[in-house]
Amino acid sequence: MIQIEGIGNQTGKKFWRSLNELAATPKFREWMVQEFPEGANDLLDTGSRRRFMQIMAASMGLAGLTACRRPVEKILPYAKGVEGLVHGVPQHYATVMNVAGQAQPLVIEAIDGRPVKIEGNRKHPLSNGAANAWAQASILSLYDPDRSQKVLEKGKASTWEAFEVAAKGTFAGDGEGIRILSGTVISPTIAGLRSSLAAKHPKAKWVEYEPINEDFALAGAELAFGDRLRPHYSLSKADVVVSLDCDFLHLDNPGLNVIRDFAKRRKAVDSAVPAGHAADHKPADHKAGEIAAGVHKVDEHPMAPPAGHELAVAAAPAADAAAPASPFADASTINRLYMVENHFTLTGAQADHRLRLRAADVQAFAADLAREVAALPQGLKILGQSDKFIAALAKDLLAHKGRSLVLAGPRQPAIVHALAAAINHTLGNIGETVSYTRPGRESAAVGITELAKEIGAGQVKTLVVLGANPLYTAPADLEFAAKYKSVATTIHLGFEVDETAAASTWHLPESHGLESWGDAVTSDGTLSLQQPLIEPIFKTKSAIEVISLGLGLTTSAYELVKAQSKLADPAWRQALHDGLVAGSQVTPSKPAANPKAVEAALSAAPKAAAGLEVVFFPSASLFDGRYANNAWLQEAPEPMTKIVWDNPAIVSPKTAKELKLEEGSVIVIERGGRKVEAPVLVQPGHADNSVTLSLGYGRTSVGRVGTGVGYNAYLLRTTDAMGFGTGVTISRSPRTYALVTTQEHHDQAGRPVVREASVEKYKEESHFASHEDAHVELIQLFDSFDYSKGNQWGMVVDLQSCIGCNACLVACQSENNIPVVGRDQVSKGREMHWIRLDRYFTGTEDDPEVVHQPMACQQCENAPCESVCPVAATVHSPEGLNDMAYNRCVGTRYCANNCPYKVRRFNYFNWHEDLEEVGKMVFNPDVTVRMRGVMEKCTYCVQRIQEVKIAHKIDGRKPIQDGDVLTACQQTCPAEAISFGNINDPESAVSKMKKNNRNYTLLHELNVRPRTTYLAKVRNPNPELA
Amino acid sequence: MGLKFSKKSDRILRTVLVMVGLGVIGGASTLYYATLPITLEPGYQPKQPVPYSHKLHAGNMGMDCTYCHTSVLKAAYASIPPTQTCMNCHSKVKEKSVVLEPVRASWASGESVPWVKVHRLPDYVYFNHSSHTNAGVSCVSCHGRVDQMVEVKQVQTLAMSWCLDCHRNPAPNLRPAQFVTKLDWKPEGDAAALGREIIAQKGINPPVNCSGCHR
Repeated sequence: MIQIEGIGNQTGKKFWRSLNELAATPKFREWMVQEFPEGANDLLDTGSRRRFMQIMAASMGLAGLTACRRPVEKILPYAKGVEGLVHGVPQHYATVMNVAGQAQPLVIEAIDGRPVKIEGNRKHPLSNGAANAWAQASILSLYDPDRSQKVLEKGKASTWEAFEVAAKGTFAGDGEGIRILSGTVISPTIAGLRSSLAAKHPKAKWVEYEPINEDFALAGAELAFGDRLRPHYSLSKADVVVSLDCDFLHLDNPGLNVIRDFAKRRKAVDSAVPAGHAADHKPADHKAGEIAAGVHKVDEHPMAPPAGHELAVAAAPAADAAAPASPFADASTINRLYMVENHFTLTGAQADHRLRLRAADVQAFAADLAREVAALPQGLKILGQSDKFIAALAKDLLAHKGRSLVLAGPRQPAIVHALAAAINHTLGNIGETVSYTRPGRESAAVGITELAKEIGAGQVKTLVVLGANPLYTAPADLEFAAKYKSVATTIHLGFEVDETAAASTWHLPESHGLESWGDAVTSDGTLSLQQPLIEPIFKTKSAIEVISLGLGLTTSAYELVKAQSKLADPAWRQALHDGLVAGSQVTPSKPAANPKAVEAALSAAPKAAAGLEVVFFPSASLFDGRYANNAWLQEAPEPMTKIVWDNPAIVSPKTAKELKLEEGSVIVIERGGRKVEAPVLVQPGHADNSVTLSLGYGRTSVGRVGTGVGYNAYLLRTTDAMGFGTGVTISRSPRTYALVTTQEHHDQAGRPVVREASVEKYKEESHFASHEDAHVELIQLFDSFDYSKGNQWGMVVDLQSCIGCNACLVACQSENNIPVVGRDQVSKGREMHWIRLDRYFTGTEDDPEVVHQPMACQQCENAPCESVCPVAATVHSPEGLNDMAYNRCVGTRYCANNCPYKVRRFNYFNWHEDLEEVGKMVFNPDVTVRMRGVMEKCTYCVQRIQEVKIAHKIDGRKPIQDGDVLTACQQTCPAEAISFGNINDPESAVSKMKKNNRNYTLLHELNVRPRTTYLAKVRNPNPELA
Repeated sequence: MGLKFSKKSDRILRTVLVMVGLGVIGGASTLYYATLPITLEPGYQPKQPVPYSHKLHAGNMGMDCTYCHTSVLKAAYASIPPTQTCMNCHSKVKEKSVVLEPVRASWASGESVPWVKVHRLPDYVYFNHSSHTNAGVSCVSCHGRVDQMVEVKQVQTLAMSWCLDCHRNPAPNLRPAQFVTKLDWKPEGDAAALGREIIAQKGINPPVNCSGCHR
């Protein structure tokens, strides 16, 4: 590691980013000291000198010809004007879309009739304006040139008319031998059509299958309550949260409201420490010189209001702020999260205590915990090494009856869900922190198992697959691909020509959610409406249209949806405007669990076998594989591993040592005669004897982006191991494979860039974060510009609430036309993301803690990049923005070299060169599309700032209010971790955040005066487990 | 040993060198001036698919600019009108005219009339009509006396230095907002004094930093 004298992590924890960094291997050092990675300047295909001369000669010739006259551009206005449409002015429409299997309420921005940006629906209680990375990225899929565009009959191009003729013969009679397979039906209109189908063809059957599903949760509820109920969590009321392998903040997230509620309780830590706390003024860490020239220093605001932040105040009763200091006094403000999991998830990264266990051992842990809190009839004194953890956890839970919550993850078997329900029941949490609704749907896995059996028995003559891809996602032991081919007529409606499409008699192209009418019920039961923003770009139809076609209906999808909603104007128009039918959510029930039934089920449940296990997670990028052809998601680094364009097999350092594996080894994972080859990633904090695989990769037919990326973990996933399975053997393949990760790019050389403390330390030393600043004299080289007037933009990122989920990264990519560079280019350090999420480990290799830190241009007032630019392409605006004029940049890269935060990105190539016309439609017309040789970086979404400024100018020059300008990252953040606004306005949210005790400036000692500051993280560990 | 070159050849060489030098300088200067916006841009007058006369419509008949360019006071683009706007009158007036055939064809088929763009800014420039017209910058400041042009011609360079001249000293180009589309409007007193008054009254402070126009 490079050591800079006088600068180092003197007071805080030591953070590291990879095992290589922790061990400080020579290779890592070499990689780190180079500003631009080796080979970053080289062309990928080093053509010959002769070829170079040819190309240059040709381009000179062309340049000479084209420069003679200016290009003629045409203006093509509408023939008939469109009401309400003004050229270049964005329009917003509310809709709902199936995002990763869930109905997500959205608002879409369209410019000149072209959807360009997806946001969450502010009016919908589930979203409150937030959207996740999958929702943000689905705009790219709309314009994917690899989308399915034509009807295919046995692989050959056909037409909808030909299919219609064929369908008439197929859908006749009583429906004998007709089966319909779809994903989980969340649309009431499709459910209505399903009833019509059952009436018309009574012998036809409808099967639902989702590879990522809630089967175990529903089955667990049946064990505990005798009814298939779905849990709903109120994280805002839970002081103690125990997650049994449930990544509820990310991959197992049941709704974005859960993240928001959780984050509010994390931010509530500020109510435990009044601002200007006595312990603060202890000058031990300070030297006179440091204070002399510091700007935005929290110490300058000793009278800052407590908590400083309206959300924090709202979440915590005011009385708690003055509560006496006892071990649990603060628990009523900040919550405490215990996580039990095999694989380091984003929820695990937020945990105050994390116990790494094999997924198979979670059941025994849950049973022990249930006995310890007396949730089961047979109380039992527990034994074993996790004794102390369980005892402390149980004590904490019992001290928070009615204010605690136990969650079970969807990979865990039904009994774990039943045990969680029994514990919640005993603690009086049901009705407080968790309540239940009845989803009224079939169990997915049983459905497809039965279907496979029926096909095997020759009972299925026609199989219609609506939007699902069972040949890729079905459990491997069903041998679904072979069975599918034995069905006489198979009809597949799909967004891509995928694995199932290739094997079907008929393949029908499916419309995108932004091209079709529909509806959906969000997880809280609210009926939400889906309206199209654009005519289908290709000749595609939605599931509703295809079913109506099969039923011979002549009504349009719009009429069907409107009829299903039972709304008439003006209520219908209001519902369309809002995107939801107000007040339609279901009132959840408070069922009583039956501990005796749970006890009986527990004794009947099989015990976990020892040895290696394999665990299946949905991918953070591709989910179950449906986003495989989405390049934004492929290139979004996986939040914990920071791997792009791949899915490794993740093991713990200890298991890697035992099996003699290292990073890049390729292993053969074998279970029940099935084999998968995968590259190894050694992940600190992973459970021993456990291998985690991501589903969704290894697609064989999807498009140019996703085909052949990673390995297919579904090949190991069988009906007896939908979540995880034991009895695994691992052998080493002679092959090696280099995984591409961004975790070691842009290193910060051991300086305290992330700062963290416990609640105890925070109480003692409320300004611990700024106290970690290096003690150097800050010298101003030039006279400062006067930033005291007008709008002065600033940002605060709260590390306490950031969960590292990538939503901001994809939102930024969408808003700012950021290119995708591909796997090889990322390996050379050429990724283009303007905002990155740095993931830091702290602690031991086996049991580390993790902090995520979003990092974008810090908009320094004394910007080091500006002083080295030879052509003044990056200069300061009077509003404190570090402006970037792309058309001036000549590409010296001096600015990137001189940036202490490593946030500038260089276009080594013309990344947009090969885009097809339809792919260009995704660009935001308000942002320049950069070309080769140009530097770029975060602009604080200056196009949004200018839009609001101009609008206010026209509207009688009104001053801009706090909240009028939202950056793309801030708008979409489900945890509300980013504040942005005018720091000259003392009442703005961002000004209040800057007065927060936890506020600190990155690399304060450089005196570059960044406009972005951070709020340090505070964890709330249980003193008994210290 | 005789001389390989005569004494004259030295003079010839010098002359040639001077000629080449002058040629290079001359060529470079010609190229420089030939490619300046002031040489290239003003005077551009492409042929339009329909010989629409602004002089007739806006000048002689006195139609306001905003009748067709509807969003010039409200949005970034002034908008080229849809064919529908032409047909408002031309379904009754000159409905048989030969030159209007492309307009009628567009109205019948729904295809656009392919107007040729006259005033062209690079893609990295984000010019907003509404912020200028609302501040009191008239159409005439950038587009000239369109009401006297039979076919529209570019009169200004639209170069960055030209933009900045006004952004640094907006006063001469400002007028009360209600007169922005009156192309022949002249202030009664001192134009610059009136401009300064408008600046003070509206708090006009045009951006001269990069992100004002480049995003």
